[in-house]
Amino acid sequence: MDLSMKVLVVDDFATMRRILKNVLKEIGFTKVVEADDGSTALAVLKKDKVGLIVSDWNMPEVTGLELLKHVRRDELMKDMPFLMVTAEGQKDMVIQAVQAGVSNYVVKPFTADTIKEKLEQIFDK
Amino acid sequence: MDAKFIDPFISATLNVLETMAFTKAEAGKPYLKKDQIASGDVSGVIGLTGEVSGTFSVSYTEKSILAIVSNMLGEEIREINEEIKDAVGEITNMIAGQARQELDQLGRSLQAAIPTVIMGKNHTVTHVTAYPIIAIPFSTSNGGFTIEVCFEQ
Repeated sequence: MDLSMKVLVVDDFATMRRILKNVLKEIGFTKVVEADDGSTALAVLKKDKVGLIVSDWNMPEVTGLELLKHVRRDELMKDMPFLMVTAEGQKDMVIQAVQAGVSNYVVKPFTADTIKEKLEQIFDK
Repeated sequence: MDAKFIDPFISATLNVLETMAFTKAEAGKPYLKKDQIASGDVSGVIGLTGEVSGTFSVSYTEKSILAIVSNMLGEEIREINEEIKDAVGEITNMIAGQARQELDQLGRSLQAAIPTVIMGKNHTVTHVTAYPIIAIPFSTSNGGFTIEVCFEQ
């Protein structure tokens, strides 16, 4: 796992963005940028060289699932690791995310160890 | 109201607070709530729809929510402010999410709306009022809070 890559954290709740940023910094990532919904995230992706997206699902405007689909359709970003961190734990929703190409999935609430483990699973593949 | 609708919210509340805020809470005896006055100083409310509709709310005393959010963020928050408001919304969202997951496993599929947060002394929390509101008090080492569940059945 290359800890020097830029990570984009997307969540409409500032509290959750802060918690995720703290966890990512604890893991060792030094460059973390944030967006409060999918449309803001798309703007960040256009200007920043991001190596990993950590995104919520339920957000106003562009949801996490729509953001994921957009990323997977884009020739330049289609292989970008995408970790969904969401309160949506129902089986049919996890299946939807997997079908859309999510790299891994975390259901809130989570521990720092869970985030680390899921990221290691993505980058060790 | 069937207890199987209440229990997932109790276990989700305990788990979310322990996992995200390192806070151990203890559930007290459920009671029927007769009015809409919140028992705390800040409340999160979320609407749930699906096979049945309902609302879930959680109302914190100032002392309890300051301790919970301080633990979540790893820094001391001393007053009820926008950070507390945002955190209460996200905690409400997570509790409802986990409870929905448990209800889903019991064959009850529900969708959640965006949570709203109300602050201030003696504020009111509006539920699906024609149906009984079940309240469950919780205690922590830093004061108490109460959850309320109301479903149209």
